[in-house]
Amino acid sequence: MQPAAHIAVLAALRAELARLERRNTAGFREKVVSFGDAAVDAALPAGGLALGALHELAGTGGQVEHGTAAALLAAGLLAQVRGEVLWVLEQADIHPPALAAVGLTPERVVYVRARKSQTVLLVMEEGLRHRGLAGVVAEFSGALGLTASRRLQLAAEQSGVTAFLLRRSRCFDNPMLLEPSAAVTRWRVATVPSGPPLPHARETPGLGRPRWRLDLIRCRGGEAHSWIVEAFDATGRCHLVADLADRPAAAEPRRAVA
Amino acid sequence: MPLITAANDGRRMVVAAADRAALALGIRPAMPLAHARAMVPGLTVVDADPEGDAAALARLSARSLRYSPLTASDPPDGVWIDITGCAHLHGGEAALLADLLERLGHGGTHARAAVADTPGAAHAVARFVPEPAAVIAPGAHQAATAPLPTAALRLPAETVGALRRLGFERIVQLAETARGPLVRRFGQQVALRLDQASGRVFEPIQPVVPDDVLAHRLSFIEPLLTAEAFGTVIDELLNTVCGRLEAIGQGARRLDLLFERIDGSIQAIRIGTAAPSRHTPHLARLLKERLETVDPGLGVEAMQLRVSLAETQAFRQAAGLVDGDRPETSIAALVDRIENRLGPGSVWRAAAVESDVPERSVAAVRAIGDAPATSWPLTLPRPVRLLDPPQPVEAIALLPDQPPVAFTWRRKRHRIRRADGPERVHGEWWRRSAEMAAVRDYFAVEDEDGCRFWLFRRGDGADAATGDRRWFLHGLF
Repeated sequence: MQPAAHIAVLAALRAELARLERRNTAGFREKVVSFGDAAVDAALPAGGLALGALHELAGTGGQVEHGTAAALLAAGLLAQVRGEVLWVLEQADIHPPALAAVGLTPERVVYVRARKSQTVLLVMEEGLRHRGLAGVVAEFSGALGLTASRRLQLAAEQSGVTAFLLRRSRCFDNPMLLEPSAAVTRWRVATVPSGPPLPHARETPGLGRPRWRLDLIRCRGGEAHSWIVEAFDATGRCHLVADLADRPAAAEPRRAVA
Repeated sequence: MPLITAANDGRRMVVAAADRAALALGIRPAMPLAHARAMVPGLTVVDADPEGDAAALARLSARSLRYSPLTASDPPDGVWIDITGCAHLHGGEAALLADLLERLGHGGTHARAAVADTPGAAHAVARFVPEPAAVIAPGAHQAATAPLPTAALRLPAETVGALRRLGFERIVQLAETARGPLVRRFGQQVALRLDQASGRVFEPIQPVVPDDVLAHRLSFIEPLLTAEAFGTVIDELLNTVCGRLEAIGQGARRLDLLFERIDGSIQAIRIGTAAPSRHTPHLARLLKERLETVDPGLGVEAMQLRVSLAETQAFRQAAGLVDGDRPETSIAALVDRIENRLGPGSVWRAAAVESDVPERSVAAVRAIGDAPATSWPLTLPRPVRLLDPPQPVEAIALLPDQPPVAFTWRRKRHRIRRADGPERVHGEWWRRSAEMAAVRDYFAVEDEDGCRFWLFRRGDGADAATGDRRWFLHGLF
């Protein structure tokens, strides 16, 4: 077979796969939101976090109960998207001034208190079917299941509303959080020890900008990655940490000269 | 000056009603007018106006529609309000009664009220129990009515008199007597009233419809039973009602759909909207979602849709350039659907309140409507999760203003690596005198794992009047 025929067959197969995966049906896939850091954006196949898709967020270790960094990540990303945000809660412990500090101002957020975890998914799907929202953030402590996540993903695809499912759990390492789901990306976000407030004066007391470890544990069409970044600022941008706090930088690999 | 109304009872003029001053002087209804005039020389006498009284009572029952879609006048001096499923909207049954009596009091009406399982029991308790607002617990209505006099059973005066001559003073005596002789002596009425008070016989009330309420009623040849049939009727009713709303430039904020069953009882569903709406598909969807709560019984012979609350809704150009203006894409429709499913108060927006006390700096406001324009100061660190109430922790810290070195929360010890603070928050003395001197010192701290916590110490660390120096965890970053 000629190389040109190969290319044609491959292109046809790719188009067929894209159609099956509903990738370019409405052109939502081109729309992305940027993390503000080129290295993070480059690791994602669309060049940023895809809008109109389901993304799963969770904390790690002890932070999985409150998911604070995950909530800020969702808020900071949605702050850059036009439109209103539906925030579905199981317990009303969110403190809106913190969301305003990463750019998600209070007039853009509608909170819903769903007392049961299955109601959270119902409300989330209702919100995802509502065109015109910027996104839906749902804090969810139940078992998701492949069917339920597929429903959410399809609803997000059809309407173009971005969905963040913030998994919370009272257990330390809940195996439920690792069960397969149809989410396009799955993240574990946790705060890690931060650097000094003034890099040139390490002994200055006070708190510097918080740092997150961003673990991209699953990504459709991409590879898993892990970064340590400085947390979102008021514009919802993070960037990679240049120096690793309190740790020596990795030694330069020795050049072997023969 | 004492005031009475007089009416002709067929033979002579008698007192129809007397005001409180006249009652205090010993004048009673049904007393001959000449007798009353002889007792009190300067008595003001007005002709009784039964039609006027009935009209006033109808107005009163129409005003009571704020509490429930089913109200009816109960001549000569009562109003029924069927608050089944409505009490929680007013903060419970006791709060509803208190609100009702307060509003009536503002209007100059002296009233007594009672809540009970059956209309008969409520009627008796309202008139014969000394409390002005009595709430009889579910199932307790028979015990509550048992000690009341037989006159509480809505019986004619001559029946009550005859019962008394036979030794029946109280309802409990009647209830314990054999039915047969009672019915032979007094007819069905005594037994019926007893059964109505105890709930053995259902007593429907005929609800009033105020003139100014937009309503549409459809009755059917055959009784309807299925949800599909109800859905078709809902569409039909809404088409008519929304057309009429459009003609007067208004939108519905609250809709009541009444199902008149063939056994004479009425089932109702009520939906509310966050913003005035006359968008038929949206309202139909809200109503149909609630259909499962309706018990059609043996069939529904008529349905009535009432706009119990309407507000002005501006006209809007049908096809605009911007998609976001279409009613189905506005967020109000989404809020309505969620709120009608999860219950009132489940959807809100956060608004900034000018208060330095963290738990008071956020207010929940209506999701649709004008949000206050103020925002929080963004320079101060605020946690993502605020614990309510703050949780006590064991902390080790140098006084007066050093951050803690370590603290223990949920039996886990956190050694603190970095800290920021204190941020001092003073009590708001204008709210409570207990907050006069109160002080909290907040510290944002980071433990060795990088988790950030928001701790505060009650008191400024020097003066014991400002607080007891105990440490609390108030939030997580």
